[in-house]
Amino acid sequence: MHEMSLCQSIRSAIEEQAESQKFSRVDRVKLEVGPLSGVETDALRFGFDVVMRGSIIEGAKLEIDEPPAAAWCMPCAETVPITQRYDPCPKCGSHQLQVTSGEELRIKELEVN
Amino acid sequence: MCSVCGCGPGEVKILDGVSEPHDHSHDHGGHHHAHGPDQARLIELEQDILAKNNAYADKNRAYLAARGVLALNLVSSPGSGKTTLLARSIEMLRDRRDVYVIEGDQQTENDAERIRAAGAPAIQINTGKGCHLDGHMVGHALEKLAPADGAVLFIENVGNLVCPAGFDLGEAHKVVILSVTEGEDKPLKYPDMFAAADLMLLNKIDLSPHLDFDDDAAIANARKVNPSIKAIKVSARSGEGMDIWLQWIEAARAMAQVGRPQAAE
Repeated sequence: MHEMSLCQSIRSAIEEQAESQKFSRVDRVKLEVGPLSGVETDALRFGFDVVMRGSIIEGAKLEIDEPPAAAWCMPCAETVPITQRYDPCPKCGSHQLQVTSGEELRIKELEVN
Repeated sequence: MCSVCGCGPGEVKILDGVSEPHDHSHDHGGHHHAHGPDQARLIELEQDILAKNNAYADKNRAYLAARGVLALNLVSSPGSGKTTLLARSIEMLRDRRDVYVIEGDQQTENDAERIRAAGAPAIQINTGKGCHLDGHMVGHALEKLAPADGAVLFIENVGNLVCPAGFDLGEAHKVVILSVTEGEDKPLKYPDMFAAADLMLLNKIDLSPHLDFDDDAAIANARKVNPSIKAIKVSARSGEGMDIWLQWIEAARAMAQVGRPQAAE
């Protein structure tokens, strides 16, 4: 989707942290991006380099954690792995699933100077 | 906050550089590990990237709740007949409800003009290069529109089935519009939007006899992604199903009045 504008949100969130946490250089940014977050990680990497140019984040290494997606299957009453939103339950075939993870879109940690 | 290494309270935890997380007490009595100004350190943030947008959306939601305004975020691909459907809905609603519209498009004020012609005050937001409306834009539009208590506010998002799914505007419901001239597998191709919506309007249903579009398959596909999504077949042109859509709006509007000190009728 709008990976560029997400990169801008990441930049401003880190810049706010730089002020409150007193750092002037970011060496590494670790994100958590779930497979159901609607974000294409390749596009995010591309946008990251462009958007961070001229900021304290320029040149920082970007790491992206991609946690697996899971859902709660109501008929089975247990958590099952899924890869897409429309996947049926791998055990019973039901679509009565509630996504429990995979929608993460977070800045996890920063390595700063 | 610790002025040496910057550890603060709350979720923000600071771990010093390469070593293990340290849990020093903050009196710093006799504590002498080397916090140099150039030393690398690790900050655990766990911050939602959309946190800022969500904060604006929460503000909008509180503003709307205080006034009992029902806000609906209408999303679809370009060409689904969203603006025609909206103009028709306004004509049917305007005698009994105050109706307002926020229009989102990359360029032009054409849609806002169509809506004003249908009888509702409308604010156009041109997103320029942006592919979606966000909570901040809608907050400013709300200030200008100043909707009356108990009103119905339609937010017509940029025609795009991808990006608007991730951006909360403070609305009560996302309503996704799919027209029968599109593919019935669209809910599977763009699952995020159908997962985020509470209602699907299957529009241009009057064209159905001329097409191979399978209404039931489209609804079944949407329910694979979102088992609780409601679906109404409508035609803004012939008027078919519009009464059911208006009933849904009235029911949602009634919910927006719950808990208000002076609930309207």
